[in-house]
Amino acid sequence: MAQVQLKNLEKTYNNTNKVVHGLNLDVHDGEFMVLVGPSGCAKSTTLRMIAGLEEITAGDIIIGGQRVNDLSPSKRQIAMVFQNYALYPHMKVRGNLSFGLRIAGRPKAEIAAAVDNVAAILEIEPLLDRLPKQLSGGQAQRVALGRALIKNPGVFLFDEPLSNLDAKLRASMRVRITDLHRQLKADGSSPTVVYVTHDQTEAMTMGDRICVMQAGHIMQVATPKELYNAPANLFVAGFIGTPEMNLIDGAMEGGEFVMGGQRLALGGELHGRLSNQPNQAVLGIRPQQFSLVSEGPALRAKLVNAEFMGHEVYMHTDCEGHRLISVVGAAEFEARAESDVVRLRPDPKTIHIFDKSDGRNVSLHGGSSIAA
Amino acid sequence: MTDIHLPTTSIRITDEAAAAKRARMDLISSVVRYALLFGVGFLMLYPLIWLVGASFKTNSEIFSGAGFLPQSPTVEGYVQGWQTSTPYTFGRFFWNSFLIILPKVIGTAISCTMVAYAFARFDFPFKKILFGSVIAVLLLPNVVTRIPQYILFRDLGWLDSFLPLWVPSALAGDAFFVFMLVQFLRSLPTDMEEAARVDGANSLQTLVFIVVPMLGPALVSVCLFQFMWTMNDFLGPLIYISSVDKYPVSLALKLSIDTTEAFEWNRILAMSVLTITPALVVFFAAQRYFIEGISAGGRKG
Repeated sequence: MAQVQLKNLEKTYNNTNKVVHGLNLDVHDGEFMVLVGPSGCAKSTTLRMIAGLEEITAGDIIIGGQRVNDLSPSKRQIAMVFQNYALYPHMKVRGNLSFGLRIAGRPKAEIAAAVDNVAAILEIEPLLDRLPKQLSGGQAQRVALGRALIKNPGVFLFDEPLSNLDAKLRASMRVRITDLHRQLKADGSSPTVVYVTHDQTEAMTMGDRICVMQAGHIMQVATPKELYNAPANLFVAGFIGTPEMNLIDGAMEGGEFVMGGQRLALGGELHGRLSNQPNQAVLGIRPQQFSLVSEGPALRAKLVNAEFMGHEVYMHTDCEGHRLISVVGAAEFEARAESDVVRLRPDPKTIHIFDKSDGRNVSLHGGSSIAA
Repeated sequence: MTDIHLPTTSIRITDEAAAAKRARMDLISSVVRYALLFGVGFLMLYPLIWLVGASFKTNSEIFSGAGFLPQSPTVEGYVQGWQTSTPYTFGRFFWNSFLIILPKVIGTAISCTMVAYAFARFDFPFKKILFGSVIAVLLLPNVVTRIPQYILFRDLGWLDSFLPLWVPSALAGDAFFVFMLVQFLRSLPTDMEEAARVDGANSLQTLVFIVVPMLGPALVSVCLFQFMWTMNDFLGPLIYISSVDKYPVSLALKLSIDTTEAFEWNRILAMSVLTITPALVVFFAAQRYFIEGISAGGRKG
């Protein structure tokens, strides 16, 4: 059992600078939880508090049913992978992997077996007698992973482990880490993972659940699918998804969304989902959920720029002074009427309405069709 | 085609001419530069070269000219100088120096590392005041503390022993080294130490297994400085050591000056050469780490 619970967790620096504001989070046993948010949202601080590298100002951290606030890092059944690997520069890879076990005074034979085992899993056997400075970024990353793995911890903590790698390597390490987690789960050790990243692609592809944070607050905790389809508020809506969701200021009047000189009829289906009808509202539409139409209710926008991405086109358009990005199929784009003005129809099932006053998504109510 | 071709050729020709001219200028400038550097370097090294040369001269030849090549080289100065005018050979004085230097260097390395580690990595009450006083000690002229120190060591009964010469340093008494190591530590990332903590190492284990190896270059500089300064220290032994059998080499050199009626300069010079040899050898052996340590420590200073 290595469940991680944060209860009203707070962190204040120098008695004045509060960076973590009462976090409550339950990470289930064996779950891959990703903490994601822009830089400065205190996700790393939170992780370091879980690791025991940062003192807790208030609240509790419970790992595997035990309150660990006052325990040293080594007694918390955790292992951590650092952003810049933090390999011991003067020890060979073998020494790096075995350091924890040697400190714990385990028998030599056991240490050697554990090193060989981990090296085999991560395919780093040929590197065992090298120094960290003789490793490439990807290799160093695998050694850092091995150093965590060898301890067979209940909880793995990752602090932006892939941010120093190039894009291609990052993609392959991403798969490697999730594969490893799956494999460990299949073997029955069921390790819990808390993974910090600022990269939403990593978050979306790796996490069982994602905890989106901003300025020391949790904005939403949900599965990747739910975050994408049913963002709880403006922040999550804008943060998750590429290109970003279009967020348009306007007003709700009757069944229509009014922006500038245009009115968009939202249809009965959306109305059924609204929990309240804010006056001042923000309309949220994902770029992928526009279609080019020649007639019917749609937003008229002026085409400013078109980025050709292969099978699809990113259209940058100007709609009543708002910049709208839409992703349409290349064929659809080619087939449009030869005109600067395009008509974009959002899929009413996937439209979100946010209350401008507090940023809450008011279109989730009864929205089972989109919450999936 | 041709009218395009022609100008390019002429451009190439001027290019080549310019390149040749540049190469010639480069050559001249480096010849001048090296000649100048060599000249100034020789000028600065001359006293040292003369010292080595003169130690092989006879007493009468030393003052006959400023040249450094001995006309009839002799090791007489070394042989007689080594014997000294005391019952002891110079070997005894080297041994005395060694007995001071060894505990002092080792003690300095250990104590300063621990103190610097504490200042650089831990928060404890009055840390700022304590570190401020370390810096204050750094700025305090040595002369000011001479007399109180002397009285203290006299009361401890340490006079005419090696203890006053190395014990203060072995207890991190040299603020300069503490400061230097603190600066070096501050420039090192803390991730490795955090990784070690997660791996289960306590503070002392982290210090010994992780921090000290990373501190290597800075520690080499500390040891070298301490070695050379102790080897060259004259005032300390002069104040605290009174019996000849405990003299370190720095005092022994002076001994050969004032106990003989006529100065045997060749002996003095020969022993001077021997005296600076250990420092030179150690310095050149550890030069690479030494420079690394100083520059890395200074970068963030």
